[in-house]
Amino acid sequence: MARITAGVGSSHVPLLGVAVDQGKDRDDYFGPIFAGYDWTREWEKETKPDVIVLVYNDHASAFDMKIVPTFAIGCGERYKSADEGWGPRPVPDVEGHPDLAWHIAQSLILDEFDMTIINEMDVDHGLTVPLSMMFGKPDKWPVKVVPLAVNVVTYPVPSGNRCWALGEAIKRAVESFPEDLNVQIWGTGGMSHQLQGPRAGLLNREWDNKFLDMLEADNDEVRWIPHIEYLRETGSEGIEMVMWLIMRGALGKKVRRLHRHYHIPCSNTAIGHIVLEPEE
Amino acid sequence: MTQPAKPTQNIHEYLAEFEDIPGTRVYTAARARKGYHINQFAMSLMKDENRQRFKADEKAYLDEWPISDEAKAALLARDYNTLLDLGGNVYFLSKLFSTDGLSFAEAVSTMTDMTFPEYRDMMLKGGRSPEGNRSIKANRAATGAADKQGNY
Repeated sequence: MARITAGVGSSHVPLLGVAVDQGKDRDDYFGPIFAGYDWTREWEKETKPDVIVLVYNDHASAFDMKIVPTFAIGCGERYKSADEGWGPRPVPDVEGHPDLAWHIAQSLILDEFDMTIINEMDVDHGLTVPLSMMFGKPDKWPVKVVPLAVNVVTYPVPSGNRCWALGEAIKRAVESFPEDLNVQIWGTGGMSHQLQGPRAGLLNREWDNKFLDMLEADNDEVRWIPHIEYLRETGSEGIEMVMWLIMRGALGKKVRRLHRHYHIPCSNTAIGHIVLEPEE
Repeated sequence: MTQPAKPTQNIHEYLAEFEDIPGTRVYTAARARKGYHINQFAMSLMKDENRQRFKADEKAYLDEWPISDEAKAALLARDYNTLLDLGGNVYFLSKLFSTDGLSFAEAVSTMTDMTFPEYRDMMLKGGRSPEGNRSIKANRAATGAADKQGNY
């Protein structure tokens, strides 16, 4: 049977992708950010996951305003890196896992999560930057990926509670897949940042760290944080953190924290990273 | 399975709270409707061919879209705060940043009252504090209280 062995939370700032692609990841500005991922890169090499369920948001790349799915799951064979206006990132194609993805999609719908199915799309920095952070610059990604795209742009975005519950349903779905697979779930985006209006540049170290503490806790209080609190405390784009709750919800009641990292700033954004393991 | 009683979310209260955040335009359905063509115009700049045509004659390219004159003027002026008011969203508008060859941070800084070097410096020093930036109402109440103390 397949099982979810770990959860990873990570920011997915596009500039991190630029730093990797241009070899700047160890300079004075980016060095402290990437150093916080060294532990995880070694750990990923040792634990060798087969598949990542990668929760992210599309930034007006695959989806425009014509169609706005709240939760969408990628069931395709492969995905190319999107051209976000500067040309596509020079990263390998992302290989899907259609068998697992379709199994999760069907299970979720039976479990009353009415998913949108994606067969073809390009994937943007929201998905490729976390892969670069965790795996560096390989010729081929060492894992298959089930993309799970969440609308965190057009309001109302899904509630924290709904995201947590979706994570729980993903756990059940993965555990009913007959093949032995080592599956990780990643929640990406955040942490505090605001990219618009006169309040742009807002960061909140204290709140972000409280959020990380809540993810580590043996309870599910974090799922009840209302949207307005994310908006007031962490900036308009800090709402991306609800995607981390899908990851956390998929890990069960108790977790063990293996690694944690926080750094300010990367461009407009606070960088957060956490690695959690389910504790039965 | 037991779950805490789920409070019913009143949509009017939910949306009203968004308007209480200083210097922020939450991308609500109302804004998404208003700004639909602004954002779809911005998305069209994902194609190189369209970027070239836009750069060659911005006004002519904009005239192909059902966008108000006010929005066209704001797009030509790169007046991003006005575009937010007209329903633009930063993820879509960022296609215009990249067409202009501007970094995200530099484009974002134009919406603040700072120059780009000042903005960059603020970010290096830990960013903008949430203190005094959480609620318009709370700020007004605090100013009112301070005024009273000062005046009486």
